[in-house]
Amino acid sequence: MNEERLKVYWKKNISMIVGCLIIWALVSLGAAVIFANPLYGIKLGGVPLSFWFAQQGSIIIFVCLIWFYCIKMDKLDKEFDVQEVEATDKKGVQG
Amino acid sequence: MSVETWTIILVIITFGLYLYVGWRSRVRETAGFYVAGRGVSAVANGAATAADWMSAASFIGMAGSISVLGYDGAVYLMGWTGGYVLLALLLAPYLRKFGRYTVPDFIGDRYYSKYARAVAAICTIFVSMTYIAGQMRGVGIVFSRYLQVDIIAGVIIGMVIVAFFATIGGMKGVTYTQVAQYSILIVAYAVPAIAISLKLTGNPVPQLGLTFTDIAQRLSDLQLTLGMNEYIKPFTNLSPINVFAITLSLMVGTAGLPHVIIRFYTVPTVRDARYSAGWALLFIALLYTTAPAIGVFARYNLIDTLANKPLAEVQKISWVDKWGAAGLLKLEDKNGDGIVNMTKPTDPANEVTIDNDMIVLSTPEVAKLAPFIVALVAAGGLAAALSTASGLLIAMSSAVSHDLYYRIFRPDASEQQRMKVGRAMVLVGVCIAGWFGVHPPGFVAEVVAFAFGLAAASIFPVVLLGIFDSRTTKEGAILGMAVGLAFTFIMIVCMQSVRVLGTEAPIIQNFLGINAQGIGMVGMIFNLVITYVVSRLTPPPPAEIQQLVHDVRSPYGAGEAQAH
Repeated sequence: MNEERLKVYWKKNISMIVGCLIIWALVSLGAAVIFANPLYGIKLGGVPLSFWFAQQGSIIIFVCLIWFYCIKMDKLDKEFDVQEVEATDKKGVQG
Repeated sequence: MSVETWTIILVIITFGLYLYVGWRSRVRETAGFYVAGRGVSAVANGAATAADWMSAASFIGMAGSISVLGYDGAVYLMGWTGGYVLLALLLAPYLRKFGRYTVPDFIGDRYYSKYARAVAAICTIFVSMTYIAGQMRGVGIVFSRYLQVDIIAGVIIGMVIVAFFATIGGMKGVTYTQVAQYSILIVAYAVPAIAISLKLTGNPVPQLGLTFTDIAQRLSDLQLTLGMNEYIKPFTNLSPINVFAITLSLMVGTAGLPHVIIRFYTVPTVRDARYSAGWALLFIALLYTTAPAIGVFARYNLIDTLANKPLAEVQKISWVDKWGAAGLLKLEDKNGDGIVNMTKPTDPANEVTIDNDMIVLSTPEVAKLAPFIVALVAAGGLAAALSTASGLLIAMSSAVSHDLYYRIFRPDASEQQRMKVGRAMVLVGVCIAGWFGVHPPGFVAEVVAFAFGLAAASIFPVVLLGIFDSRTTKEGAILGMAVGLAFTFIMIVCMQSVRVLGTEAPIIQNFLGINAQGIGMVGMIFNLVITYVVSRLTPPPPAEIQQLVHDVRSPYGAGEAQAH
């Protein structure tokens, strides 16, 4: 694959990673630590919103983030034609 | 049938299953031994990673630790799951594309240096060793509590089982037994959780019971009237800066733990590496979102049953008697009024002492479940301990036999010799782990802070920069690792000096308000800054290394990249 295309691919990948990591930080270090007190006043079901983020929401969103990234990367790999073929020599790996 | 009979039956069946799976997965060549021949599917690798990750402490102790910390228990919940996002986005796909056997392999090749490889290998051995000590102890404790077997005998039984499938099957044997172990541990965790959730909230899904009923609020109010901290209020047990630092250290530490990283070498493609991180976190999240619910339910139930009740009445409850005899629950009528007075554990008037482990272990009985379920929890605890121990053994033995022995001292070693050394190292590791299980160091909890702190401060930053910054040089990486490692090590020793060195008071109380568990974050920042700056002051890496970094970025051709 040519150099220019790989550069574009890498740039798109990086911006996706950065976007996901911003959400990652917002729902954990943000919602449950930095904004813990302001969000304490808002209720979700029977618990304060910050408590929900701290003990449930952050984990659920982490799972969604990874799956979102996987699916997005599948599309990107296809678009730039960098998907790999199944490893040809699964056993014959030399260390 | 009694709990003991059921426990014996379940332990025999599950151990038999592990041995059978281990035997079926036996291997003859190093690729099978170290990376399971790179033939593990994403789902299977996800389940294996989850079992590898969730230790005896996660299974037995975590819900209890969270229930003591209340809101602030989130440091463990977010810290031990958030690291997988870092793994999936920043490390796993690229390390899989790079396609070698171990973490020191990447560091040694990327930084074209034997020293970097040796430092990384030593970190790997140290981190894995500190971690494994607690696992064998966990096996011994489960055996002694449920079967009244001596702790030493329990540890030895655990050692024999792990040694069997780890030596004959290597990574492949460990992987497939871990898949079986995950299935058992998650069922064992979920069944009592569903039962107690139904009992206390009327909702069978513990996560929903916690969020959409007022149980957490009720616990919080109950604790407040008894003079304890409000359960759902932030920062009542840890300061905000500590919650931040501990969470981030545990996240980064998780992503830097060698026994977790090497799991991503076992899948066939880069795409599978990404997806297996997704499966792994999904499987982990099932337990990690249940744990805080169990913590709230069990704590509410305990306080509600015990606080301000007549002592004579309380002592008639069968589980109070049983866990009192096991030393996990202590009731003492200090003021002699015949009433159980319960308040803050630090208050001298408090008459109830609850061990963290009791929260999970007692749940089935408190919820009045059948003896079969109680026995299932025992089997689940054993599965959690054995799976983590076996994953750590492989990480440790591969660092010694592959990185130190083969790549540094004996590059001419034959395939047979390398297999022999690999297997021998597993046995040596099992023996050391067993020794620690029988003679646990007095500071097991502090040791875990070491493992995460060191992984965060040494391994994670140099792997990250190695992938994303082609300008990072060996001088930068070695200096960064050394400073991160030394700073974190010295800080933890000084802050924990009462337990580790035996001084009267800690040599250092905290660093800018950050305690020992969170200090890895500071070490990581030092490492990142030093590595980055020094790399720009030293000559750039050789062209072939820059090419290597370039190649790692495209998933295409992982097959060819394996050979070297």
